[in-house]
Amino acid sequence: MANYRTTPWFQGVLLGGFCLVASVALAYGTKLTAPAIESAAKADLTASLNQVIPASKRANDMTADTVTLDTPGGKTIVYRARSGKKVDAVAYRVVGKGYGGDIVIVMGVDRSGEILGVRVVQHSETPGLGDKIDARKTDWVHGFDKLSRANTPDAKWAVKKDGGRFDQFSGATITPRAVVKAVKEGLELFEANRAQMLGAEADDPPAASVPDPAAAPKSERSVS
Amino acid sequence: MSKPSRAMAILKDGLWTNNVTLSQKLALCPLLAVTSTATNGLGMGIATTAVLVMTNVAISLVRGVITPQVRIPAFILVIAGIVTLVDMAINAYAHELYKVLGLFIPLIVTNCVILGRAEAFASRNGPAYSAADGLGMGMGFTAALTGIGAIREVLGSGTLFANASLMLGAPMAFLETTVISDYKGFLLMILPPGGFLVLGFALAAKRIFDTRASRRAAAAVATEPASACH
Repeated sequence: MANYRTTPWFQGVLLGGFCLVASVALAYGTKLTAPAIESAAKADLTASLNQVIPASKRANDMTADTVTLDTPGGKTIVYRARSGKKVDAVAYRVVGKGYGGDIVIVMGVDRSGEILGVRVVQHSETPGLGDKIDARKTDWVHGFDKLSRANTPDAKWAVKKDGGRFDQFSGATITPRAVVKAVKEGLELFEANRAQMLGAEADDPPAASVPDPAAAPKSERSVS
Repeated sequence: MSKPSRAMAILKDGLWTNNVTLSQKLALCPLLAVTSTATNGLGMGIATTAVLVMTNVAISLVRGVITPQVRIPAFILVIAGIVTLVDMAINAYAHELYKVLGLFIPLIVTNCVILGRAEAFASRNGPAYSAADGLGMGMGFTAALTGIGAIREVLGSGTLFANASLMLGAPMAFLETTVISDYKGFLLMILPPGGFLVLGFALAAKRIFDTRASRRAAAAVATEPASACH
């Protein structure tokens, strides 16, 4: 009676049955978790964009307001922040070649080409050495704030060892060098594609023609 | 043996006597990869323990159905399926944890301990004992990972449980301590060779401890032969 258990066809059917059950479980699991995973990924994206673009510059849903650029390394998605009608700032990903592989960086740049913030969102650099580029570990990455190609000459876009303005880490020079290079290339990308990134209103209207609504109440003496 | 005492014996076996890392010398690949800090070791240990309990129970439940000829592919299928489901569930419902542990979870499939316990224990015992075995082996693995991670972290970067709050949540921030302030760091300990070195010393230490214990036990038997007969 129990002999059928040793026949080859039974082994095949048994294993096939296991595969079927596992496939059904995985398919059901995928279906069940997909919406939550998608919203978590979107929340991650929003969180990283919010870190590089100050709240005052974004009143819109940046993840919905995008332009896609064709860049040498593939496509770059540019997320645009608007406080009013025009684009105030843009954020996009750049990738550096680090010691342990790709370093994925999100950077925010305002209309004038000045850096608002830089964050490393993914890397596999040596823990304790190269991972100082992570904003949660040290504030090295804040060294990029407010820099632009206009206020920092090309030669200073390098680590101190190479004559630049950025600290290297003892025991890890390749990592900060890669981040500096990637951020500089990010700014060059902005310069080259400024019109496309900022959309139709790329050129600033003359400042005097638009009165600043925030300035008006301040000129009068407030009763406090 | 009564049920509770058998369960206790299984737990002790996993935690010390037959410890995955220190006695069976299994799962050394994830051990060397993740133990650069105590926090990472703890995270990997907890994830492995959870998976090990689940796979042990699942395999114990189907042990009557599986034939010996196809048991290995069937076990691997069950293990890989469960790990993938756990991976998706953590990604969906505990996303913060996933960002830290995400890298380690797929590695669990390749952890030979899981298949080893399925083959050696769960396929021969009931679900309750299998769960106890998974828990004991998992906790033993976690202890070894955390201990080796702690030694490497203190020697390598002078901290202990750095970034524990990122993985375990803000309430666990008290674990983060700086053992040696203003420490210059000892790179070798953080890199894989440090893992081999610390593991070697840990294995030697357990060997010495076990040898002394058995010698003491032998001496006790020799001096009191009467009590040993009972």
